[in-house]
Amino acid sequence: MAILIDENTNVLVQGLTGKQGLFHTQQMLAYGSKIVAGTSPGKGGAVVEGIPVYDSVRAACENHQIHASVIFIPAAFVKDAALEALEAGIKVVVVVTEHIPVHDEMAIVAYARRVNATVIGPNTFGIVSSGKCKMGIPPNQFFIPGSVGVVARSGTLTYEIVGNLTAQGIGQTTVVGIGGDRVVGLSFVDVLKMFEQDPETKAVVLIGEIGGKSEEEASLYIKEMTKPVIAYIAGKSAPPGKRMGHAGAIIERGMGTYEGKVKALTEAGARVVELPFEVPEVIKEICR
Amino acid sequence: MKMFEYMGKEVFAKFGLPVPKGRMVANSDEAFQIATEIGGPVVIKSQVLSGKRGKAGGIKFADHPEEARVAAQELFGMTIQGLAVDILLVEEKLHIDQELYLSITIDSASKMPVLIASAHGGMDIEEVADEYIVKKQIDVELGMHGFIACDVVRRMGIPLNTPQGKELVKIIKTLYKIFTQKDVDLVEINPLVISGDKVIAADAKVTIDDEALYRQVDLPRVEERTASEKAAHDLGLSFVELDGDIGVMANGAGITMGTLDTLAYYGGKPANFLDAGGGTGEEGTAKALELILSRNPKSIIINIFGGITRCDDVARAFVSVKKNKGIPVPVVIRLVGTNQEAGRAILKEAGIEAYDGMQDAAKKAVELAQK
Repeated sequence: MAILIDENTNVLVQGLTGKQGLFHTQQMLAYGSKIVAGTSPGKGGAVVEGIPVYDSVRAACENHQIHASVIFIPAAFVKDAALEALEAGIKVVVVVTEHIPVHDEMAIVAYARRVNATVIGPNTFGIVSSGKCKMGIPPNQFFIPGSVGVVARSGTLTYEIVGNLTAQGIGQTTVVGIGGDRVVGLSFVDVLKMFEQDPETKAVVLIGEIGGKSEEEASLYIKEMTKPVIAYIAGKSAPPGKRMGHAGAIIERGMGTYEGKVKALTEAGARVVELPFEVPEVIKEICR
Repeated sequence: MKMFEYMGKEVFAKFGLPVPKGRMVANSDEAFQIATEIGGPVVIKSQVLSGKRGKAGGIKFADHPEEARVAAQELFGMTIQGLAVDILLVEEKLHIDQELYLSITIDSASKMPVLIASAHGGMDIEEVADEYIVKKQIDVELGMHGFIACDVVRRMGIPLNTPQGKELVKIIKTLYKIFTQKDVDLVEINPLVISGDKVIAADAKVTIDDEALYRQVDLPRVEERTASEKAAHDLGLSFVELDGDIGVMANGAGITMGTLDTLAYYGGKPANFLDAGGGTGEEGTAKALELILSRNPKSIIINIFGGITRCDDVARAFVSVKKNKGIPVPVVIRLVGTNQEAGRAILKEAGIEAYDGMQDAAKKAVELAQK
């Protein structure tokens, strides 16, 4: 079992013929993802890496059963592409692209809510159900099957922590990047609920960072969870008022501080580690 | 992008939202001239991108033009929270019957715009008791409508059958129009002043979404970053100056923060945050190192976990920069991920040993900085 995507997920790649789209399509295929079609307006009829390319998502859906779409399209055109996938009835849409205007993000998320679909991202590394399906950009070799669920805001920090887990032989059910922007489709709570219900997931790693309130909101749900949660929050040493790369990673008006998040998570029963490389040890200790 | 008050008011005026009579000035003679044109008591306001400017003495009043000139001269010599006062806004002084608060911003939790209003404006909104604050999330698919604005005004406790109540409904609708059409991140009016029958925006705090600036071509540009921070941004690097002595370069916002935290854990003090992002070639790496060196660090840590970034590219770029420009301080490199073997081989040839783990590399960088 895994959450959201697995070995039976038929994947569409929007923007398959672009530089990033093509490179990551090859990588995703190498990981074993079942990519059944791609889109690229004006290039319908082409076949790339053995994958048929269509002019529109509707055209792809007329010829294939598609469960999920991953978008590799420049920021200015993502709103159109995401709405296109959602309107065609695709229920899981992964938006890797960063630097998308926040008003576009609100429009995408609002429409997804209306059609009861899941948007992962924007500004995410994507999602990996280890050993089954990868949608997004993480390096393949660090994701091995196992029983730990991972949910994160940040990409390379996730590779760091999942890389450490894998090096210690600790595999993952699913690794989900919710995205680094202020408005994203999935919250920590949404993903924690899925892991709580997934019989194969035995423990959950939450990788958060300063800024916003999502770790505090997650704490309210962690209180009710039966599975152990290990959390790392990046940005302990970040000064207030300085934006640390991600749109959300900024301490403003005393909100979103490291201390506040650690307190909320600890009180909810999560185990908070101080440094990224402490995660595997704590998992071994808890799951012994 | 934060806008100066006078710029925000120019946007308001274009959309028909009432603002006081006035203009921005760059010297005290202009202040005299505008005060003369207004022909009554004026207020002279420092234009800096910082709150609390009233408490810092950045706002002055004048009853006649000569007084306005003197006040302007005083303000131009000031700095407010480290920011020099280069521009002033000279405006008519409003008769104030009541101060209101009105803002629209983005609520990450609900993923919707949220309108916040209060009949108790003028002070820090966080100090106003909850029962006097109206919050209304706006469904972006539904949009703003008369009934929503009317209900907000009712909940503020302002009678809808008064000229002020009717005016306020109009202002709320206009503000939402500005919010959506200008890709606004935050628009805040505090205070929004009731002056007789009129309702006037006495202040304007407007922040535009940086990611949408490309399509807001008619808005003026304001540069808040330092020169180095801007140079980094133009190269796709995210750079923030800090006040320690260890230079930091990593790829990805999260891992860069993680690197800072690990350095701090071992007693080190980072000199900067530098997220080199996905693919940084030779030019980017050279620029990144140049920026780091501008902070005069005692040691440097490069922490790369290659996903999109390829380790051999980073190694090649680093070796070339070291050879061509020289790096006068010790550098610790941690290099894992895509093409790591090739990357390490390149470094080894140049006599540099790469680290496997972030913690060992961080420990070493701290040690070198403390020598």
